[in-house]
Amino acid sequence: MQASLAGAIDCDLHPPLPGVTGLLPHLSAYWRDQITNRYIDKLPFQLSSYPATSPLSARPDWRPAPGQKAGPEPIRTHVLDRWGLGLAILNPLHGAVALFNNDMAAALCSAVNDWVAKELLDAEPRLRASILLPVHDVELSLREIERLAPDRRFVQALFLAMGEAPLGRRVNWPLFAACQKHGLAVGIHAGSTYRHAPTYAGWPSYRVEDYVAQSGAFETQLLSLIAEGVFQTYPKLKVVLMESGLTWLPHFLWRTGKTWRGTRPEVPWVDRAPAEIVRENVRFTLQPVDAPRGEPEVLARVMEHLGSDNLILFSTDYPHWQFDGEEVLPAGLGRTTIKKMLVENALDTYLRLREGAAGERALSEETVP
Amino acid sequence: MNVPVRQPVAGQRLMVVDCDIHPAYATPTALYEFLPQRWRDHWSTFGTFFRPPLIGQLPFPRMMAGGMRIDSFPDNGSPPGADLDLMRRQLLDACGVEVGMLIALSRGGMEERNLDFAAALSAAANDWQLHAWCEPEPRLRAAIVVPQEHTEHAVAEIERRSDNASFVQVLMSPRTADPLGNRRYWPIYAAAEAHNKPVALHVAGFSGGHSSTPTGWPTYYLQEHYAQATGMQSTLASLVFEGVFERFPKLKVVLIEGGFAWAPALCWRMDKAWERMRAEVPHLKRPPSEYVREHVWFTTQPIDEPDQPEHLVDIIKWIGWDKIMFSTDYPHWDFDDPAQVFAKLKLTGKEKAALFRENARAVYGLP
Amino acid sequence: MSRRVLAKVSEVKPGAPKIVTAMGRQIGLFNVGGEYFALANRCPHMGAELCKGWIVGLVQSDAPGEYRVTRPGEFLRCPWHGWEFDIKTGQSWCDPKSVKARNFKVQVEPGSELVKGPYVAETFPVTVEEDYLVIDL
Ligand code: FES
Repeated sequence: MQASLAGAIDCDLHPPLPGVTGLLPHLSAYWRDQITNRYIDKLPFQLSSYPATSPLSARPDWRPAPGQKAGPEPIRTHVLDRWGLGLAILNPLHGAVALFNNDMAAALCSAVNDWVAKELLDAEPRLRASILLPVHDVELSLREIERLAPDRRFVQALFLAMGEAPLGRRVNWPLFAACQKHGLAVGIHAGSTYRHAPTYAGWPSYRVEDYVAQSGAFETQLLSLIAEGVFQTYPKLKVVLMESGLTWLPHFLWRTGKTWRGTRPEVPWVDRAPAEIVRENVRFTLQPVDAPRGEPEVLARVMEHLGSDNLILFSTDYPHWQFDGEEVLPAGLGRTTIKKMLVENALDTYLRLREGAAGERALSEETVP
Repeated sequence: MNVPVRQPVAGQRLMVVDCDIHPAYATPTALYEFLPQRWRDHWSTFGTFFRPPLIGQLPFPRMMAGGMRIDSFPDNGSPPGADLDLMRRQLLDACGVEVGMLIALSRGGMEERNLDFAAALSAAANDWQLHAWCEPEPRLRAAIVVPQEHTEHAVAEIERRSDNASFVQVLMSPRTADPLGNRRYWPIYAAAEAHNKPVALHVAGFSGGHSSTPTGWPTYYLQEHYAQATGMQSTLASLVFEGVFERFPKLKVVLIEGGFAWAPALCWRMDKAWERMRAEVPHLKRPPSEYVREHVWFTTQPIDEPDQPEHLVDIIKWIGWDKIMFSTDYPHWDFDDPAQVFAKLKLTGKEKAALFRENARAVYGLP
Repeated sequence: MSRRVLAKVSEVKPGAPKIVTAMGRQIGLFNVGGEYFALANRCPHMGAELCKGWIVGLVQSDAPGEYRVTRPGEFLRCPWHGWEFDIKTGQSWCDPKSVKARNFKVQVEPGSELVKGPYVAETFPVTVEEDYLVIDL
């Protein structure tokens, strides 16, 4: 029987977002003018990585009803109430991040964030959110972090797995400094702005292959953050890889650990094996679990390869179709892994979750055996 | 440094098939004698023309002695891997190599942008492998080097070389202009299948025009080195999803130096994504992992070394004991020594035999 | 255990180790600033001839982008995979607890003592005029 999820913290789910018209109240006069006169309000702003009609993008029973208004309702019914969750962290995947006009991207990201605060966070106390960032412009992203940091319901800054350059690059460090300072996690979610082909040999023909390639992007980003010395510079920073697939991690740790032993003088600030850094600073959301169906012993072995119960944060990845029915916890996870994953690991990762009424409740549930 | 590393003890010799040996050109112009005058002139005037920004070097300088074992530099000043005598002493004799697979990487035309020149280079590299290596040293086998962007020539070269038993496989770079599953490369697979030659994909430093990661160029060699592992995963996913194995049911693919411990997780991921998305790829009749199980082999070097060696045994079990083949990568710095490479894994005699030689024997049809 | 005379002190120069054979095993002798150390010529990782690697310092860093070479001449980088070993202790930098090159305690003895025995020099005669490097094997 599946362990009870009551009080658990869902660290990756995706709210339905409004069309651009719904964002207009949150935009300045200039951008309202631009957006309406250029008919930008008629554009869908859907990321290529997640076409709405693709099976992966939404579980059949989680597809929005025709004409359904964007708001907290579906998340309440489908996730929060269904499993009695304590808290949930929203990751708004809005296409604004892919624009080349960084000012426009930043304006739309701000509008999305304000919409999320007003329409979702105000309406449902169990919700928290990530800050959508115009990731290709460090200065504008920094401004957005500083603008929203005082709202303690924002717990994380949101990046996509594939952007213009690997995230560890020093140009991005002001963002990491701000996140550390404000107690925000750095969240990297699957998805691409397609500044580069998703493979080192170019563009796949099929979406399924494109989706599979995401895990390689996560490996890349993780190594970039490690090699560039982000965790030496910001030792308290927590990075969360979301919808990464997870089971690639043992190989990553073995290989980078071995290569580091021989190439360490190139990056002498990396003073520990990558595995140690990952165990301290990096977390992974649960879904999707890329493990063979019907062979729980295999997943159990993979967890042994990982050698830590602290790494995984519970997630449904709602509404993406990663599992059916109630099977959000795959067979093969040990009791301790599950117990830590549901609440404790999230509270250690997202410091802000401990605040506020819902956070206190989660905290008190954490101590219930 | 002409010192024999180890004298093999008679009677206890571990006999191995080494699936990844890199021969080098003794001089920069060693290929000239195999090229028509027209291309010698071209080469000496215009040089080779690759996509990366620097001539004759990678923008990620390697760590150890230009990426070589320090002890592999021949006394005569030629580059590591260029001196057959030293290769015999350091590798073939010292490590008990019964059969060694040459992987001739540079200047085979795989990365050359001028396709006619690429064709000439590949033909020359194939002649050179016979002349400089396979004829004087019967333990060595060659791979037919083909410029993958010049499909027509690649096919012709496969047809021309296949009857020569020294050529046991077809060598392509996985860092292509399009993912290797793309149909533009299918004629090469058709020829390889028809001539029963496995297609070997060896990691390559030179890009086919794309950054080495899906989010742009990394900064350090450490990262670029790892990008070979993510790149190889995407290569395999491409072959599977584009339907190469469905279209060429007898094709064998050998992935060289791209690692293998990632393969189980990739297969689980592919299967899971395929379950959801199979309507998009109706040309696939079976779960992706089954194509991999049937068509793909992996070489061992650089071996992963988890703190607990039995974790690596799990990986081998999941991939299949019959799918993994030993390789040294001589003379490169991340060389694996057969005497040590599996020492911690507590393998049975049968398992060792499979990894060190039997699997390669089966794939390549060696006697 | 027996004491072995391995080399004349004058033969082992800083930065230029001498590899000798004693009791069938290869040992590298190192002179680090006038102190002498001996390491087995075999890397604990995968068996490369360790003492043929590079003698280097230890690169350290206080922050990304800052590089310091410390303890010059005190480290040995393996000729294969480049792992770094402390010549004085045999310990690897990357995993000092579990990856360690075999090391031997070296003593400098005057020839006048050695010619009396019971020391053994396998490959050369010992004379009173010189100082020698001696280890227990
Ligand atoms: S053999 Fe010395 S580091 Fe590998």
